[in-house]
Amino acid sequence: MKRFLRSFLRFGRRQWNARIGLVIGAVMAAMALASLLDTPHDPLAIDITARLQPPGAAHWFGTDQFGRDVFSRMMIGARVSLATGLMAAAGALILGAVIGSGTAFAGGWADRITSACMDSLMAFPGLLLALALISVLGAGQMGVVLALALAYTPVVVRVVRSSVLSIREKDYVEASRALGNPAIVTLFRHVLPNCVAPLTVIGSSLFAAALLSESALSFLGLGVPPPNPTWGGMLADSRQFAATAAWLVLAPGAAISLTLLAINLLGDAIRDHLDPRMN
Amino acid sequence: MISYLLRRLLLVVPTVLISLVVVFVLLRVIPGDPALMQVADLNDTAALEEARRDLGLDRSLPQQFASWTASLARGDFGQSIRSGEPVQQMIWRSFPVTAQIVGLATLLAALIAIPAGLLAAWRQHTPFDVAVVGLAALCLSVPSFWLALLLLTLFGVTLGWLPTVGYVAMSDDLLRGALYLIMPVIALTMTELATMARMARSSTIDVMRLEYVTNARAKGLSQRRVLWRHIFPNAFAPTLTVIGLLLGNLLSGVVVIETMFSLPGLGRMMVNGIFMRDYPVVQGVLLFSVFLTITINVVVDLLYPVFDPRVRL
Repeated sequence: MKRFLRSFLRFGRRQWNARIGLVIGAVMAAMALASLLDTPHDPLAIDITARLQPPGAAHWFGTDQFGRDVFSRMMIGARVSLATGLMAAAGALILGAVIGSGTAFAGGWADRITSACMDSLMAFPGLLLALALISVLGAGQMGVVLALALAYTPVVVRVVRSSVLSIREKDYVEASRALGNPAIVTLFRHVLPNCVAPLTVIGSSLFAAALLSESALSFLGLGVPPPNPTWGGMLADSRQFAATAAWLVLAPGAAISLTLLAINLLGDAIRDHLDPRMN
Repeated sequence: MISYLLRRLLLVVPTVLISLVVVFVLLRVIPGDPALMQVADLNDTAALEEARRDLGLDRSLPQQFASWTASLARGDFGQSIRSGEPVQQMIWRSFPVTAQIVGLATLLAALIAIPAGLLAAWRQHTPFDVAVVGLAALCLSVPSFWLALLLLTLFGVTLGWLPTVGYVAMSDDLLRGALYLIMPVIALTMTELATMARMARSSTIDVMRLEYVTNARAKGLSQRRVLWRHIFPNAFAPTLTVIGLLLGNLLSGVVVIETMFSLPGLGRMMVNGIFMRDYPVVQGVLLFSVFLTITINVVVDLLYPVFDPRVRL
């Protein structure tokens, strides 16, 4: 019985995180995609007569202090948050993979100088660097994406570099060189594809970090500017009404948490799947 | 030992230099012409030239960088454009506020997370382990600012047990000061707790798979002795490194928490600086936090051999 329970728990541990993560992620993605077609109400329509209404049939998640429909705003917010997070993570991954693999593959001074620079950039607290970049680049979705992508690039460079350094010494890379392939072909055909596993793991954690930072920046009023609805911005607006209109605090906060949970669970599942020691 | 110490300290030089260049490029070169903010009449070219000369902007960039670095080395971080107050003075006033929140949150998180992670690994695949892993995933997913908002609403507004916003220094009034810090510290602790517990758990699992642990068991040592004498010391060192790395996270997290609770710390100073376009303030906080992170990482590296007997110097 005990052994059965244990193997069941192990089975559950390996499977449940991926399953829950996929379900929540699918719901959020569906919300974001549906908002491209239509929302139940106009997310920007102000209706003072319907202000601060609790959740009900007309407004599923209630209305805010201007009478705007919270559910419709959350659908748009899902689109903004997911898109910002994905673009920032993808930007960091691409930039980091190119810099990291290129310099590590070349070796020598290029590698030494790049890794010294990346080590220094790692000493910058992520959100503070993003804040400083935003104060220069200006707020707005593209500013946030660019700032976060740049702030997360050093992490990717470091991960890619360490993989490339070991892959570089493999026989198949030597074979590709011996066949007379140019370095760039060897790099893109034989070295980079073998970095996909660590890149997937780091990508999922960057996605979560970018989404969290985007919410924090919007919460501070330095992200995507109003009246565009964002989850972080909605939370910031809810502060004064938190005690009387709890749904204003609960809905966007729960959306951020559930999305982060989904990404973290999926990321863990991927990492366990790719790590042979866990099997 | 001495040579390791010197080598580690020597490695700091390029790191500091590069971070100085990054901040210089970011905040001195890009945001336009600071001289424009100093003159009343923008068409007065003579006054503009003079302001440029006063600020040293007529010199070449390397020269500007050198004189800027020299004044930083003297502890001169420039002046706030808005208040005219020296930035280093503002930093020294704000830093203790941030330091006590971050310090308390780290201590609290370590005290709970390290034993929890260790025991979860020791009892791997039991309900306790699953509970720790699940709770950690949950904690990791709750943004600290949302948790803070919920705490604030429940204990500050609805129940009225704790003061909502503001700050009283603990050195002035220990009890009242502590009351103001409870909610910010708890909000900041939760995420760090999760990261630390996961790290403690995975590094313990790694150590438990090593052969010397099997050997220790095989020679008949009690389970307790194997855990505390053979597993714990070796599993602790990676966790210590993570605590050092987490500091960057904490300094990021504290920005939102301080703004939310109106705590006069470094994070709020930086956010205010951004809103007021007060670049010397933004630059000062950024530089200070980078130096702080570099220092903590050096200290952790130097402490490493103390906790990990395998690291010989």
